[in-house]
Amino acid sequence: MKTKVTLTVNGQERSAEVEPRTLLVELLRDQLGLTGTHVGCDTTQCGCCVIHVDDKAVKSCTMLAVQAQGCNILTIEGLAAPDGTLHPMQEAFREHHGLQCGFCTPGMVMMGVDIARRLPGADEKTVREELHGNLCRCTGYQGIVEAILSVANPGAVKEHHHA
Amino acid sequence: MHNFDYHAPKTLDSALALLRDKEDGKIIAGGMTLLPTLKQRLAAPSDLVDLATLSELKGVRRDGDEIVIGAMTTHADVAANADVQSLIPGLAHLASVIGDPAVRHRGTIGGSVANADPAADYPAAVVALNATIVTNKREIAGDDFFVSLFETALERDEIITSVRFPIPERAGYEKFRHPASGYAVVGVMVAKFGDKVRVGVTGAAGSAFRATDFEAALEKSFTPDVLLGIAVSPDDLLSDIHCTNEYRAHLVNVMARRAIAAA
Repeated sequence: MKTKVTLTVNGQERSAEVEPRTLLVELLRDQLGLTGTHVGCDTTQCGCCVIHVDDKAVKSCTMLAVQAQGCNILTIEGLAAPDGTLHPMQEAFREHHGLQCGFCTPGMVMMGVDIARRLPGADEKTVREELHGNLCRCTGYQGIVEAILSVANPGAVKEHHHA
Repeated sequence: MHNFDYHAPKTLDSALALLRDKEDGKIIAGGMTLLPTLKQRLAAPSDLVDLATLSELKGVRRDGDEIVIGAMTTHADVAANADVQSLIPGLAHLASVIGDPAVRHRGTIGGSVANADPAADYPAAVVALNATIVTNKREIAGDDFFVSLFETALERDEIITSVRFPIPERAGYEKFRHPASGYAVVGVMVAKFGDKVRVGVTGAAGSAFRATDFEAALEKSFTPDVLLGIAVSPDDLLSDIHCTNEYRAHLVNVMARRAIAAA
């Protein structure tokens, strides 16, 4: 039996008919066409599917679409300004080479925004700890950590470069 | 994942009625364990009863000598709560090292405790702080709550509404975190209430337990070194792909000493 779910996605009200077992990430990708949110592991480990639900980073592979009824969803597609100007975190990933193949990047950027908002002034150790649930198999994390630090705590990056 | 019917009841009573009436209804709290379990088809409930809409189950408050945490309060909210941070900092620390940030934004204390995963973090605090598990029908002492692997004293139509933690003089929690899963290979909470000390161990056995030999020694001297030379028997501890029971027995002692140092 399908039920209707209505939610706000990147500022727009959207609704869809879903099965109770439909995952939020399946709703976003398969029904709403927002394929920027990736599925890496489907087991709550890799963080490629991180989006914001009511301003908090969550793994959209481990939430049912019906649980998002009435929620405010932000995906990677909604981060840049309408005119295409990158969000500061996206710009920081570009500037600091925070990606290689790009598969983990949407989740990394969304988690980075969440970290910078929750922990302004975070040091490098904290940022690395906070990335425990986001896996990258290309970069060795150095550029990712620098990108997030450059937004959350710009002073720490300078120190890091000059060290 | 097999399909199921989903319900988001508006009251605790209607949640209880659904649990009673449906053939094989299960509660979903944060879903951080249940959803992966359903994906693997290790469970196939007929109905899911979501408690997320019950706002009365969320929040943290101080009540005299206790901190009361609503069952649907997320790990992130416990870790960030000012009262928990100032009155039981060891508990705030415990909540801050569960899973990862995204998991902590969804996972709840009620779900963690009811699931009774042998490697979950909260059971160590329930045992060490002698917490009270409050349900819709009764109060269960922390010492009586965990029965066995994934088994608790909860009855089928019983829902945890809050967990009450007595405020200790000092308490610390340290865990040896599995580097991939984030679960506790071994986690120990040590809590001092006046001249009484309680030590709760998670991850090491089928369910959380008290290390009573440690408690007796720590009541004489609340210092890490007093535990040097006091061994935990590996006989009833878990041996699995991660490590042997002897290794876990060793870790219990090491984590206990670190927890005292952190308390």
